Amino acid sequence: MKTKRNYYVNEKGYFGNFGGAFVPELLYPNVDELNQNYLKIINEASFQKKFHDLLKDYVGRPSPLYYAKRLSKKYNTNIYLKREDLNHTGAHKINNTIGQILLAQRLGKKRIIAETGAGQHGVATATVCALMGIECVVYMGKVDMQRQLPNVERMRLLGATVVPALSGSQTLKDATNEAIRDWINNIDNTHYIIGSVVGPHPYPDMVMQFQSVISEEMRKQLLEKTGNEEPDYVIACVGGGSNAAGAFYHFLESERTKLVAVEAAGEGIHSGKSAATSVLGKIGVLHACKTLLMQTEDGQITEAHSISAGLDYPGIGPFHAHLHETRRAEFISVTDEEALGAALEVTKLEGIIPALESAHAFAALDKMKFKTTDVVALNLSGRGDKDLETYIKHLNAVKQH
Amino acid sequence: MTRLKNTLTKKDLLNIYFTAGYPNLNDTSRIIEELQASGADMIEIGIPFSDPLADGPVIQQSSKVALENGMTLNLLFEQLKDIRKHVTIPLVLMGYFNPVLQFGVEKFCAKCKEAGIDGVIIPDLPLDEYLERYQSIFEEYELSNILLVSPGTSAERLKKIDEASNSFLYFVSSNSTTGNKNGMQESKENYFHRIKGLNYPVLIGFGIKDRNTFEEACKYANGAIIGTSFINAISGEGLLKEKVNTFISSIKDQAQLTHNSIL
Repeated sequence: MKTKRNYYVNEKGYFGNFGGAFVPELLYPNVDELNQNYLKIINEASFQKKFHDLLKDYVGRPSPLYYAKRLSKKYNTNIYLKREDLNHTGAHKINNTIGQILLAQRLGKKRIIAETGAGQHGVATATVCALMGIECVVYMGKVDMQRQLPNVERMRLLGATVVPALSGSQTLKDATNEAIRDWINNIDNTHYIIGSVVGPHPYPDMVMQFQSVISEEMRKQLLEKTGNEEPDYVIACVGGGSNAAGAFYHFLESERTKLVAVEAAGEGIHSGKSAATSVLGKIGVLHACKTLLMQTEDGQITEAHSISAGLDYPGIGPFHAHLHETRRAEFISVTDEEALGAALEVTKLEGIIPALESAHAFAALDKMKFKTTDVVALNLSGRGDKDLETYIKHLNAVKQH
Repeated sequence: MTRLKNTLTKKDLLNIYFTAGYPNLNDTSRIIEELQASGADMIEIGIPFSDPLADGPVIQQSSKVALENGMTLNLLFEQLKDIRKHVTIPLVLMGYFNPVLQFGVEKFCAKCKEAGIDGVIIPDLPLDEYLERYQSIFEEYELSNILLVSPGTSAERLKKIDEASNSFLYFVSSNSTTGNKNGMQESKENYFHRIKGLNYPVLIGFGIKDRNTFEEACKYANGAIIGTSFINAISGEGLLKEKVNTFISSIKDQAQLTHNSIL
């Protein structure tokens, strides 16, 4: 029997020193309702069947684990890509929205709200709402709406209302504030589908459970392809951290597997335009969750920066803060430039255009040392269609030099 | 806390919220003094935060301006250092938890005591966290932690909140962010049923904006809290003194005002 080590959420909603549910009393009944019910509902056989049927037939799971031959050759090791980019809607985000929409239906909710950064979670939410015929409102920072316009159009096409968040830096943090305010004003009929492993307990744990299908499949696929369920490394990018949480989950207790979380350094860790929370953050409370946050001495949350809208968040989820504190995961940060370079390289070497977020995970390969026998599993969390404009601009700029 | 308890024996209490550092960085003590002179019974001083998630657009904007003006907790305590030389009505600080956590909860309580602050309202510090980690510190510094109750708060939880309180309960009038909906959401019967047998008096806030909603709230409770419409009132042109005076007079008749003249 495996010993359960202390990487999981406790009964008070904490991962070690991080987590909790710092909600205003106005939201307490809703968060408490979720907390009292989520495990019970998720573990019901009928829920599991519905969830897995939709993952299989609607999302297209299991997503393949692909041996990236030319990339492996470049780094003189064995790199496997977990192809979350091949999921319906183009990223891992839909694993969670399928789970949460089923949960919302079970709780009798008639209206869904969500926040989105890059738009991937917004699209995944709008998609499941269309699927179930439920009203959907997505909050998105005005700046993000401009840099991820195709996703805005996709959400609208799917029937969602996209509301621009106009406060603060007009990015993911502010979209989250607006979604929470909407929830306070509409507690009776609304479920808030948070897209990352952030927010009040039980969200970080719940989102991680839905995303854990990623590592569950990886174990089986690795066994088939390498003869061992456990790789030497699992690498994933971290904004709030949902794809990394899903990719790490079933390897938490592995002695062999090193977990690598890749953060966005933006224009450089100390440039003042960064999202490298594990380096720059201090413990604090934002969005009803105690975790590592980028903030001033006076406790004001600072604005994150990353070229990738999905990593542009001034905190990491409490699970990741705990992995960082206990050193279970190694944190690496990657600049905008490095991510762009990696994206173009993967495109040429493997014929796969990764999302800017996932490109950060690829860029981390350059900063690590591998043995030729190592098995490296990298979570390719999303595809890069939404980032084409940025890539084309970058390519043109590179050509001019 | 005695000051707070004595005030709470009265009825029709008008409690005004404003954001420290707004409209100008050093308006804090002037606003407090003008509010007292105009007849406010209590004052809630808002500590601005970058992400005020229970607040509507008006208080959000005032917090943003206050932070741009350079407001910090250190500066606020500096501004409040001599406030008790002139001000006798209860003063309560209201703010989100993160700035308090970074300042240090114990240091925060000590500074409150030093400045003569009677209580605090921290909407995102939930009951269980407070009881487990902070209640003893607050009590040591004789600082009342004022807890929110919403229309969705269960009877059982209301009892727990009442037991954890020591001055008054802050009833939120409706399920909304500040300044959003108007008046009371609950029926009077339902509401009176809920507050029957509570140990502490109730003030009502969120959505109280003018004479009508204030008087309505006073039928239910010992008084009410007005924030958003006061922020609006001091945002326009004109002398601060006049703006404060005009606003308070628009809520309460002079005859009704509880006199708090400086003795």
